[in-house]
Amino acid sequence: MNAELSPPATDVNTWLQAQSRKDLLRFITCGSVDDGKSTLIGRLLYESRLLLDDQLEALESDSRKLGTQGDELDFALLVDGLAAEREQGITIDVAYRFFDTERRKYIVADTPGHEQYTRNMVTGASTADLAVILVDARKGVLTQTRRHSYLVSLLGIRRIVLAVNKMDLVGYSARVFEDVERAYRQFAARIGLTDIVAIPVSALCGENIIEVGASMPWYRGPTLMQHLESVPIQDDAGAQPFRMPVQWVNRPNQDFRGFAGLIVGGSVRPGDLLRVLPSGFTSRVARIVTANGDLQQAVAGQSITLTLEDEIDISRGDLLAAAAAPASVSDKFEATIVWMSDEPMLPGRPYLLKCGARTVTAAVAQLKYKINVNTLEELAARQLELNEIGLVNLNLDQPLAFDPYTLNRDTGGFILIDRINNNTVGAGMLQAALRPAENVHPPRANRSVQKNQRACVLWFTGLSGAGKSTIANLVEKKLFGMGRHTYLLDGDNIRHGLNRDLGFTDADRVENIRRVGEVARLMTDAGLIVLVSFISPFRSERRLARSLLGPGEFFEIFIDTPLEVAEARDPKGLYRKARAGKIRNFTGIDSPYEPPENPEMHIDTGRVSAEQGAEQVIGHLRIAGMIDRDWVFIP
Amino acid sequence: MSKLSHLSRLEAESIHILREVVAECDRPVMLYSIGKDSSVMLHLALKAFHPALPPFPLLHVDTTWKFRQMIEFRDQTARRVGMDLIVHVNPDGVAMGINPFVHGSALHTDIMKTQGLRQALDRYGFDAAFGGARRDEEKSRAKERVFSIRSAQHRWDPKRQRPELWRLYNTRKVKGESLRVFPLSNWTELDIWQYIHREDIPIVPLYFAAERPIVERDGALILVDDERMPLVPGEKPRLRKVRFRTLGCYPLTGAIESHADSLTAIIGEMLVARTSERQGRIIDRDGAASMEKKKQEGYF
Repeated sequence: MNAELSPPATDVNTWLQAQSRKDLLRFITCGSVDDGKSTLIGRLLYESRLLLDDQLEALESDSRKLGTQGDELDFALLVDGLAAEREQGITIDVAYRFFDTERRKYIVADTPGHEQYTRNMVTGASTADLAVILVDARKGVLTQTRRHSYLVSLLGIRRIVLAVNKMDLVGYSARVFEDVERAYRQFAARIGLTDIVAIPVSALCGENIIEVGASMPWYRGPTLMQHLESVPIQDDAGAQPFRMPVQWVNRPNQDFRGFAGLIVGGSVRPGDLLRVLPSGFTSRVARIVTANGDLQQAVAGQSITLTLEDEIDISRGDLLAAAAAPASVSDKFEATIVWMSDEPMLPGRPYLLKCGARTVTAAVAQLKYKINVNTLEELAARQLELNEIGLVNLNLDQPLAFDPYTLNRDTGGFILIDRINNNTVGAGMLQAALRPAENVHPPRANRSVQKNQRACVLWFTGLSGAGKSTIANLVEKKLFGMGRHTYLLDGDNIRHGLNRDLGFTDADRVENIRRVGEVARLMTDAGLIVLVSFISPFRSERRLARSLLGPGEFFEIFIDTPLEVAEARDPKGLYRKARAGKIRNFTGIDSPYEPPENPEMHIDTGRVSAEQGAEQVIGHLRIAGMIDRDWVFIP
Repeated sequence: MSKLSHLSRLEAESIHILREVVAECDRPVMLYSIGKDSSVMLHLALKAFHPALPPFPLLHVDTTWKFRQMIEFRDQTARRVGMDLIVHVNPDGVAMGINPFVHGSALHTDIMKTQGLRQALDRYGFDAAFGGARRDEEKSRAKERVFSIRSAQHRWDPKRQRPELWRLYNTRKVKGESLRVFPLSNWTELDIWQYIHREDIPIVPLYFAAERPIVERDGALILVDDERMPLVPGEKPRLRKVRFRTLGCYPLTGAIESHADSLTAIIGEMLVARTSERQGRIIDRDGAASMEKKKQEGYF
């Protein structure tokens, strides 16, 4: 090496500075056999001037010995690594290639086109942000193009580059290119792929790979490289709620108990309230510990160690999730499975299922159908063979915290492992949890299930100034902190809007409560826990409201405060006005209050504080099975 | 939302892999070969388990032909980080007097490295071994899994390798089988140097250019590291300013002429480099697909 060639140190420092801002794009190349994938990648490496002298020498000598391009360099030889496949002349495994530009580092998965190696393509696609799908301009969209596009869409890749290759063999014809593009877009739309950039290329001749080719003046779009350099990087994980599977519990001594893992969704800061799943316990983040000191924030993609404020039982396999938006927990799922083993998948046979850091035993309860990836037809099937894809119902022996795969690849993707030979035999994507009576899908229950809760009405009744709103507000705050979806109806938001037309006569009071009851019922239909805070002095109206809800869905909460106490508080000065005769029909003064006879909860504010009262409500809900861990699971 | 740089992503991925092995395997070990990749791997392990020490020992399979500065650095490093260091030398090889100058690189590597490694793994019953190999080093490694399953005879069967999806690694194995795990799979040589720079990671001084006694053999610059180096009549080691891009057994490792005596200078050289790092390794020239063959036999 000639040392004089080295750039001066200041340039290196500038360069290193720029490098620290560089991001990472992972993509896969797929297409049919002989579409020229390896040639395309070899060409990318070659033209990016990333091939080094000795690699080039080896390529020249290999090209002469094994090449298929006469005296020309055979770029496919750069990428086809295993000796066996050199002889066969095809790629039979996933190969990862690396190259850098000024803007980005790239990891390319070169995935095989041969039908029997679909599992490798799925493997390559599972970590990719973008797919380059190659089509031979002479052949157009083939069965395997459709298969690969379907797999790419199944694995959650949204950005597609359609590289129409071998344009040199069709005379660089704009018509051919346009026909292929149109046919492809038509198919792709059916499987939900719409973010498609089509580029006519010749990998062999280097046209439109890095530089704009002279042979296709009719094409005005970017070259492949220009597109890869400028495409925004998909960052779905960062936008999701916080998720971190606990990989390992770090206990170097009595005083330290840290939970180590890689953040797979959202971000976290000290003080954030987290929920441990599936146990359901909550605690706040105390510290984000790293070897370089504590962090004030950590984001998706980082490996960290968290300590929590409370001593709660957490072990490997648990999921730490944002308390306000926890993952669902279930032991029954609907999932799509890609089968990767020579031995078929048999319903009823137990396999190990690994999702995040958790491994459980799972069996397919029902194979609903398999998918013909060429026609997207759903076919009845008794088992799945190698490379087949099916929709199944899965039963697990333990509950698992998860998100639908479309929301989060890490908390929704899983592998299946054979219990005897330990091979990875399948991969799957969780879609939704199932209820036990899965054929009865009442939409009403579904909305609750989706929110991981049981909808109900908490009806706070009591005198004006009794403390209904104070306690209801506290309860709502607590529920919200536990990740429940709630809404509070009270005089402020109902009387000033929906019921603006009503006064305080007995008839208007009845109508007022009737409307509130109906609104509360609609909100429980929507899956919410509804808190209602109204004096609601008459038993008959409260009974009416109760009759609108199902059994066990209506909790009457009597906020019991003696009139003298409520009147002494008089927070809004209403009692004073009523005593002075300025307000008519005021409950407790000149209109009766009928205390509940059998309320679900009775809170005596003379004996407990508002905070204690709110805790009492939460405790009752827990005992009633509304917010206990038991039904964080879906029953 | 702050965006992570490519180095931070690689770091997080490697730490995740290290932790996964510790959580799921009974008796892991880190193969510590003293080179820059091992230095980075060790650094990542220290980060992964902080504030605890990495819960596994370091293993060096010593061929007795390593550069002296490597051995010094190895022992210093073990003391500095406070981890256990196991040094294994194949006693059969020593008894046979295996010598790369006499027996050639292929036999030397097979007996002292491949056989030595198998002996050490069997003797201590390790069921998982971390190695610092990277996919960008060599063609057959581009297809290597992060978790590679080896038979009880330590053989690698390309047909039995498991698909690796997402961040899910299948670590299950039957008794006798073991895993080779490569946390640096997705790093390139340039990433390694950038990371050493970013994290200020100590490396063997041989990576930096200095005046060293050199003889030229078949176009390779060989450092005369001790008196075991046979000189042909009339051959005299000449002081030349050289450094090493990769470190192994000194008779099998070629130096390059360089003035790069600092990290930034090394990175500067890399940016204009036109030769890939394994060129310095005589082992790779032992015929086509040689690395793949060695791997099937149990070489790392």
